[in-house]
Amino acid sequence: MKIFVLVKEVPDTYGDRRLNLETGLVDRNASEPVLDEITERALEVALEYADANPGTQVVALSMAPESATPSVRRALAIGAESAVQIVHDDLAGADLGLTAEVLAAAIRRGGADLVITGNVSTDGSGGVIPSMIAEHLGFAQLTALSAVEIGSGSVSGTRASDFGAQPVSAQLPAVISITEAFPEARFPNFKGIMAAKKKPLEVLSLADLGVQADPSAAPRTIMTSVSEKPPRAAGVKITDEGDAGAQLAEFLVQNRLV
Amino acid sequence: MSYPENAILVLVDVTPTGEAASSTAALIGAAAQIGTPVALVVAPAGIAQAAVDAAASAGAVSVLTAEADASALTVPVVDALEAAYNAVQPDAVLVSNSIAGRDVAGRFAARTRAALAVDAVGLSRDEEGVVAHHSVFGGAYRVNSAATYGAPVITVRQGAVDARAEAQPLNVETLAVSPSGMPAALAGEVAIVEKASSRPELRGATRVVSGGRGLGSKEQFVLVEQLADTLSAAVGASRAAVDAGFVPQSHQVGQTGVSVSPQLYVALGISGAIQHRAGMQTSKMIVAINKDPDAPIFDVADFGIVGDVFKVVPQAIEALEARKK
Repeated sequence: MKIFVLVKEVPDTYGDRRLNLETGLVDRNASEPVLDEITERALEVALEYADANPGTQVVALSMAPESATPSVRRALAIGAESAVQIVHDDLAGADLGLTAEVLAAAIRRGGADLVITGNVSTDGSGGVIPSMIAEHLGFAQLTALSAVEIGSGSVSGTRASDFGAQPVSAQLPAVISITEAFPEARFPNFKGIMAAKKKPLEVLSLADLGVQADPSAAPRTIMTSVSEKPPRAAGVKITDEGDAGAQLAEFLVQNRLV
Repeated sequence: MSYPENAILVLVDVTPTGEAASSTAALIGAAAQIGTPVALVVAPAGIAQAAVDAAASAGAVSVLTAEADASALTVPVVDALEAAYNAVQPDAVLVSNSIAGRDVAGRFAARTRAALAVDAVGLSRDEEGVVAHHSVFGGAYRVNSAATYGAPVITVRQGAVDARAEAQPLNVETLAVSPSGMPAALAGEVAIVEKASSRPELRGATRVVSGGRGLGSKEQFVLVEQLADTLSAAVGASRAAVDAGFVPQSHQVGQTGVSVSPQLYVALGISGAIQHRAGMQTSKMIVAINKDPDAPIFDVADFGIVGDVFKVVPQAIEALEARKK
């Protein structure tokens, strides 16, 4: 079994996340870059299967600039056997369509039985990449899983659908995305960190994948403007002296909120 | 059948029982702001009538219907959307930013190579076409996006669009769909979460009352529900309250839970970690009650009360209930 896990470097939500107001791109220096926790959880799902099924290959896959290599290495330190990083200047500011095309091409090139992703990233929070990749690859997709059972030729689980829990299953190959209901990834130990330095990390360019970033190749989504929202100003703040509840009721009535 | 030149194709999310999802009116309302709404309802045979009616009364000038096997996940809906797109030739495709909607939008955009924009909180039109408005990084930035060419596929955040369209006479057409044959996951029956009460759904609610760790226990979290019922509000929670087991995860508001932007958001015993604020700070009016005067939630509150929720809230409920009489 060969499992590709999508891993993504994102700005730490505990820090000050910024967009560059000139380019509209994420300011990668504004806050500490971290591996998105949900993608670490996705990796853990693959590693648990690999622990129980020797011979499983777990490949961490990321489309990210060279500066993100330490985050990709972290996926190796946690336990991925190898990693693929797609690096290309033309991919700066890539939209969802181009991103999905590139990731799918890399998975096709490597040959996967199963692709595991987080359901939604913490930065873009798009949540569409899993189904886009599935469409490109011609795989079935099982998204928003809160539980999963991986078999040798099939995958099944519980989908946290819009209206309630839903049992789902598919023959492999398939793409699955997992929710936060899954446990956090194991912490990379010293041995893992040392081993990660020797594990294969393949760097691919667009040419290796035969993907065109050319704006005329397909319609793209572009940012037409970006502005900073003025920070929300704090309003009235009172300390309860026994009548705050009544004051709150009055405030809600005056603002026509009841 | 001919369709308006400025048609906006709207995919209606359908519940397992065949009703239009609560996102429908806002999706069609948003479509009416940028063109003429044409709705698509995809549902298993014979159960879609309620959703079709809802789409017309929400403002769709025509409603296309297609039957789809509920046991195949996503793919039959994408196939129907593709057929509808080819028939209608719309200026844009709007889909709810729900779990089901995102899956359909992703597959459809990948299949047709359309430009995809996600989680729009508003839509407009300029001389070059449809523009999607986004609220990024927990509402810290406003970003507009557009397609370089072609009709964009846009997912719209639930509860973010207030615009509503005028009801239209029912004008239904059955769509012929040729299956793509794309492998689909097998989907079982949805275990519909029985609502404990008549409280509104958190996503899309116009009023939300949320509780945090400050409520102390599952038993005491009832206070949040009591105020919610007084205000006809939905019940939300911080991650801390969810992790402590006070409420199920489906109530979690924030970065990793539901993003809400109601008219009124009341935070009880919530400190206001940045992950929580990311999911609620686009609310129109924020009220916070917390014992800690330095709680970060007060930085975004329009009305903050430093005090004990167990004293302040019962008093407020009493005052509000007295007014109702």
